[in-house]
Amino acid sequence: MRKNVNAAFYVPYVLWLGLFVIAPMLLIFYQSFFDINHHFTLANYATYFQSGTYLTMTFNSVWYAFVITVVTLLISYPAALILHYMKHKQLWLLLIILPTWVNLLLKAYAFIGIFGKDGGINNFLGFFGAAPMQLLFTDAAFIFVAAYIEIPFMILPIFNGIEELDENLVNASQDLGASSWQTFTKVTLPLTMSGVKSGVQAVFIPSLSLFMLTRLIGGNRVITLGTAIEEHFLTTMNWGMGSTIGVVLIVAMVIIMFLTGERAKHRVKGGRRHV
Amino acid sequence: MKKLLSGIFAIIIVCMALAAGSARLAKSQGATGGNVLNFANWGDYIDPALIKKFEKETGYHVNQETFDSNEAMYTKIKQGGTHYDLTVPSEYMVEKMANDHLLVPLDKSKLTGMNNFGKDFMNQPFDPGNKYSIPYFWGTLGIIYNDKYIKPGAIQHWDDLWSKKYRGQIMLIDSARDIMGMSLVSLGKSMNTTDTPTLAAAKAKLDTLSPNVKAVVADEIKMYMGNNEAPLAVDWSGEAADMMYENSHLHYIVPTEGSNLWFDNFVIPKTAEHYKAIYAFLNFMSNPKNAAQNTDYVGYSTPNNAARKLLPKSTREDKSFYPTESTMKRLEVYKDLAPTVVGKYNDYFLEFKMFRH
Amino acid sequence: MSKSKFKWGHLYLILVFVVLYLPIAYLVGFSFSDGERMSHFKGFTFRHYGELFNDPRMIQIVLDTLLVALLAALFATIIGTFGAMAINNTRKAGVRNSILSLNNILMVSPDVIIGASFLIFFTALNVPLGFLSVVLSHIAFSIPIVVLMVLPKLKELPGSMLDAAQDLGATNSQVLRDVVLPFITPGILSGFFMAFTYSLDDFAVTFFVTGNGFQTLSVEIYARARQGISLEINALSGVMFLFALLLVIGYYFIQQAQTSRKHKKGGR
Repeated sequence: MRKNVNAAFYVPYVLWLGLFVIAPMLLIFYQSFFDINHHFTLANYATYFQSGTYLTMTFNSVWYAFVITVVTLLISYPAALILHYMKHKQLWLLLIILPTWVNLLLKAYAFIGIFGKDGGINNFLGFFGAAPMQLLFTDAAFIFVAAYIEIPFMILPIFNGIEELDENLVNASQDLGASSWQTFTKVTLPLTMSGVKSGVQAVFIPSLSLFMLTRLIGGNRVITLGTAIEEHFLTTMNWGMGSTIGVVLIVAMVIIMFLTGERAKHRVKGGRRHV
Repeated sequence: MKKLLSGIFAIIIVCMALAAGSARLAKSQGATGGNVLNFANWGDYIDPALIKKFEKETGYHVNQETFDSNEAMYTKIKQGGTHYDLTVPSEYMVEKMANDHLLVPLDKSKLTGMNNFGKDFMNQPFDPGNKYSIPYFWGTLGIIYNDKYIKPGAIQHWDDLWSKKYRGQIMLIDSARDIMGMSLVSLGKSMNTTDTPTLAAAKAKLDTLSPNVKAVVADEIKMYMGNNEAPLAVDWSGEAADMMYENSHLHYIVPTEGSNLWFDNFVIPKTAEHYKAIYAFLNFMSNPKNAAQNTDYVGYSTPNNAARKLLPKSTREDKSFYPTESTMKRLEVYKDLAPTVVGKYNDYFLEFKMFRH
Repeated sequence: MSKSKFKWGHLYLILVFVVLYLPIAYLVGFSFSDGERMSHFKGFTFRHYGELFNDPRMIQIVLDTLLVALLAALFATIIGTFGAMAINNTRKAGVRNSILSLNNILMVSPDVIIGASFLIFFTALNVPLGFLSVVLSHIAFSIPIVVLMVLPKLKELPGSMLDAAQDLGATNSQVLRDVVLPFITPGILSGFFMAFTYSLDDFAVTFFVTGNGFQTLSVEIYARARQGISLEINALSGVMFLFALLLVIGYYFIQQAQTSRKHKKGGR
């Protein structure tokens, strides 16, 4: 469908790329070469790669984004699969998106109340005689709340992927004597991979720069690159260093895109190229 | 395709309805014409009833825009594009904005209520002679404790926080100047220290506090303390007042050896346009009755002594929020330090947060 | 699927829903508390709802917020959908991956960076800060998620369908209208909802690019955090949530009724 759409339709997107992506990115890149006194320098990059602080932070960011993505995926895939077999599935899907329309800060405050020492969960456990547990400021709580926020962003693309799946293939596989598990791993999962991929991208990429939850729920026990950028832009007003970290984040994202991006051969479908 | 088109159509109809509704509400609030005051304020930092009263008395309409950090507000004013007539930065930001020529000097001849302010709160080093600023509220940095877990009187000084008894029990406010400052005061140094060895010593001392630190959080510290999440916290008096209102087990003390004294101040940024409305508003807000009403709503300490006299006795003589003269003398106001020094405070604090156990 | 497994599945889904709605129930519950903050429930009251309905500034902010979110989501969806087609039509894998990387830059950049650079951008171009600049920025940061939602559907588009349409003599615009768009509609709708969510939730970018009295709900809520968020906001969230819930359920059943009527007419 190369010439199916008039090129004029693409103009807004290209304009957007130029004005709101490339221009700001050049600005960030330019700023990353200035120190706090607005002198040209390479010191920001030197600081970044020489100080253990920033390297640890980079590792933290990637690691936590990874864990959050995996947890979200593990919760979302079965949910999307079950949704697919429900009556009124479109309605249920909308009901999964609905909670995302409530302000994030308010939901985080609610979690503080629920997870607190005096909170809902500990009161419930206390009912069975358990002593109050420290839930807040733990990795588990932080990852749970982060996954909570990302779940709808994962379920939606996976659900769309499953909807696309040809039911006959699943039935055929079962008729041929494959177990449910075999059908799932050999038929369902591979055929819904594209949905999973866009879900993973929609969750992993923003998770790299999480900052608010690390403080609100994590108590700043974990510091990610997002936190550091926030601090450099708003507290120290050292935009140079903040931009440097921003550049690193963008480069990290690009590397991930190229590693996970598909190669040309995958583009061949049905024996004919449709590019 | 039909479905998509009708969807687009429906959205456009709804948008038009929303725009019409919003325009009508704007009109009903009188937001048209030039008789306005564009006021950039912290969120929920003024009694809305007073705004209504001011609009009724003077006929000016107040457009309120809110910000949540001094630096973000500074960036917007510096960058331009806004038309703020009045804003409320903290003291160090007043100094920074004045140095960067972002403020318009006050015309004292147009101000009527200046005599209402206590002299302790005027002529501060961040703005000598109050050339640019009028104090709005003030407060201190101190320790909040929960009497369910801590005996009253057990905590008197900063050094008490370092006691082994309080393992994993302290919440700190996420602010480099304040927490580094606390460590500096406990070493007997100034909160405006600029030399690296002293700062390094303060950082080293702070590291020894880390087993006692439960979390480093920001505004949500109020929610945590209100919910009895931790027995101890280091925070500002304004936040303390708010949590004490919610949880009667909480108490606030200012260590006698010294602490920070902070101010939020009215200033006129260079983007101002409506000078008549500005001075009408400043005079309205320094009126003792109005200031007292506002203090009652916001819950911070007022620098307006005439207004303070109108507050209930339990409030105006509360030692936690209006400390004794001798404590007041030991309080230190933050100076606007050089960017590299601010950077140093922040780097040390970041390291403290990162390598905590 | 066996019957017993199906029931376990339902249980799982119920659990997911409970978790998703738990914090919302918690904060709506507190909107009836006779206190000022979200801790320690203090007796039942409708007081905060009264405060809310007597606060025209707050109601205006809500209307403005919804207006921005709807407009931004609409434009972002249109631009993003065509953008996804452009990417899908790019032959070289390298170029395609590069465009996709550019596409995702706004998703990986923290909001403060985006906000600050948009502010510099708008002031440099003399775009007045306010409604326009906010809508433009929201469109800008919502486009990538739309592309991510639409692209997989485009890739799944069976080539045979396009060939058949073209063999039958359909013009390019007919193929687009009658084959491509209907096929990718689920992706477009997901993109729209995600963009809407992004816009509603954004606070840092909006703060930087707004001005002249224009305010959105998120900015107002975050700015209130220093003084403590009053339960009026909880009441507001409760009202908005209930409204959205009724809207979604109502819309769904009206649509259901329509489709079943159509089917009857068709002789089913």
